[in-house]
Amino acid sequence: MSFAHLFSPQPMHIPDGFLSVTVSVILWIVSIVVIAYALRRVAEDLGERQVPLMGVLAAAIFAGQMLNFTVAGGTSGHLMGAAIATILLGPWASILVLTTVVGVQALIFQDGGLLALGANIFNMAVIGTAVSYFVYQTVLRLTRGQRWGVLAGGFLAAWGSIVIASLAVGLQLALSGTSPANIAIPAMGAIHALIGVGEGLITIGALALISATRPDLLKAGEARPTGGRAVWIGGLLIALILAIISPLASSHPDGLEWVAEQKGFLDVAQGPLYEIIPDYVFPGQINEAVATIIAGIIGTILVFGIALAVAYARRNRASASS
Amino acid sequence: MHVHFLDPYRPGQSPIHKLDSRVKFVLTLAFIFAAALTPTGAWAIYILLLALVLGVEVLSELRVGYVLKRAALALPFILAALPIVFTMPGEPRFILSIGPWALTASLPGLERFISIAIKSWVSVQAAIVLASTTEFPDLLMAMRAVRVPRLLVSIFGLMWRYLFVLADEAIRLMRARLSRSGVSDQAGLKPGGSLAWRARVTGGMAGSLFVRAFERSDRIYMAMLARGYDGEARSEPLQALSGASWVVLALSLFTLLALLVFALLFWA
Repeated sequence: MSFAHLFSPQPMHIPDGFLSVTVSVILWIVSIVVIAYALRRVAEDLGERQVPLMGVLAAAIFAGQMLNFTVAGGTSGHLMGAAIATILLGPWASILVLTTVVGVQALIFQDGGLLALGANIFNMAVIGTAVSYFVYQTVLRLTRGQRWGVLAGGFLAAWGSIVIASLAVGLQLALSGTSPANIAIPAMGAIHALIGVGEGLITIGALALISATRPDLLKAGEARPTGGRAVWIGGLLIALILAIISPLASSHPDGLEWVAEQKGFLDVAQGPLYEIIPDYVFPGQINEAVATIIAGIIGTILVFGIALAVAYARRNRASASS
Repeated sequence: MHVHFLDPYRPGQSPIHKLDSRVKFVLTLAFIFAAALTPTGAWAIYILLLALVLGVEVLSELRVGYVLKRAALALPFILAALPIVFTMPGEPRFILSIGPWALTASLPGLERFISIAIKSWVSVQAAIVLASTTEFPDLLMAMRAVRVPRLLVSIFGLMWRYLFVLADEAIRLMRARLSRSGVSDQAGLKPGGSLAWRARVTGGMAGSLFVRAFERSDRIYMAMLARGYDGEARSEPLQALSGASWVVLALSLFTLLALLVFALLFWA
């Protein structure tokens, strides 16, 4: 029985190379600010219990992503866990737990890139948590905390957080000029509208079991954490903005005009860098083809040189030890 | 069965294994950053970046084939960039007709697509080398060295400590489900129950995984208290980087910077 195939990369994790440096850096900064704030909040809310609780829960979310069920034709649904983490731990701890999960996935399993990690943390930990919190708390309040309200809220939070996060992924790809907005955003949204159903059903199952065996755990997450209102409003805003921008961005045939403006802005930002040495300083500007050939030769020599050196060193070591 | 196959670390005595983890961590990030900043179509620079990462793979005595195989796992995402071939305006290159549609591939679109694919490919290789030659505690040390908050590093550390325990737990849950529901490999035999039922069963498994995790975290907390834990994450002060490490760091950063300057001068 092999479970290695369960660690197939998910379409939500953006690898390196797909986001422009500007988008990556901006989302890194946003994520770092949110994480720093969450660290302070969690220290106040949970105290010294926080490290074991969040560490083990992060491991549980990671392991929970291995649990899957057959959908059809070899495909399977499985959990990502933003909604369940938010419901069980409250928003601030959830952000940290999901940051840890996404971080280990990138650092150890190359599921998502390292430069793109800021964006992935933003999409899955920040957006995932904020939207889950907003949806779940709203449904709970509307249904006055009845059991079916917990389950319905869990389903909608799971579905909503996945779909909104996927719209954000599509938008980031479009802003980076990696994929046209009118294809990336609807495609990401449509795929995740389906994936989100699986996520929602698993979340219902998990909440049903937890409310039957340890109802106190659900109560703990419901307790109003400090700054909860800010997360609620943040979730509302994120959901609204992405729900409004995404159709706008994808209805325009060439993507949004402000995507182009963004690119214009990039050119301006990079302009001075290229003018350090104007063209005329290099009279016979090297031919691109020649440069590529030279690079190929240097690269080949480099790799073969190292390979030979390593082989030689190994043989010496082997003969010395025998 | 234990899930230690999860850990990508490959023990070894190569120069890359012995390199200070902080240097490796920073250089991996710098390499990926340089690849990201390299303009579209700077083929010469891409070749050199690929040569650099292949050279490091050879030096690390991981098999190059092993790294490339792992790297292939991360490639399906490239589908997300495929439409750019047909939507970027520019000199048409070839026309792909699928049924009633005819898609025109433009030269700039192709260049952009191939550039994204190469960037992504070399970046993921660098990340694989880092993960395969560095033990997790050393990665934690590198995170501390680049000023990741101590609390977050502790959570990372604790997660890693219990990751295998809980993955084993998840595998036991799945094995129990397999034995209950009698799955057959025979073709044509469908899995039992409706889709929603299967999802709910899986949800119940996830729920009990979380309940067990909560209870385990309680016991761990008690054990930590019993050993004098007071909420403060203490760790040994970081050792100073050795002179040789500084030289490797400086030379490598300089090489990457030089490559980048060339790329920006000639291809931007």
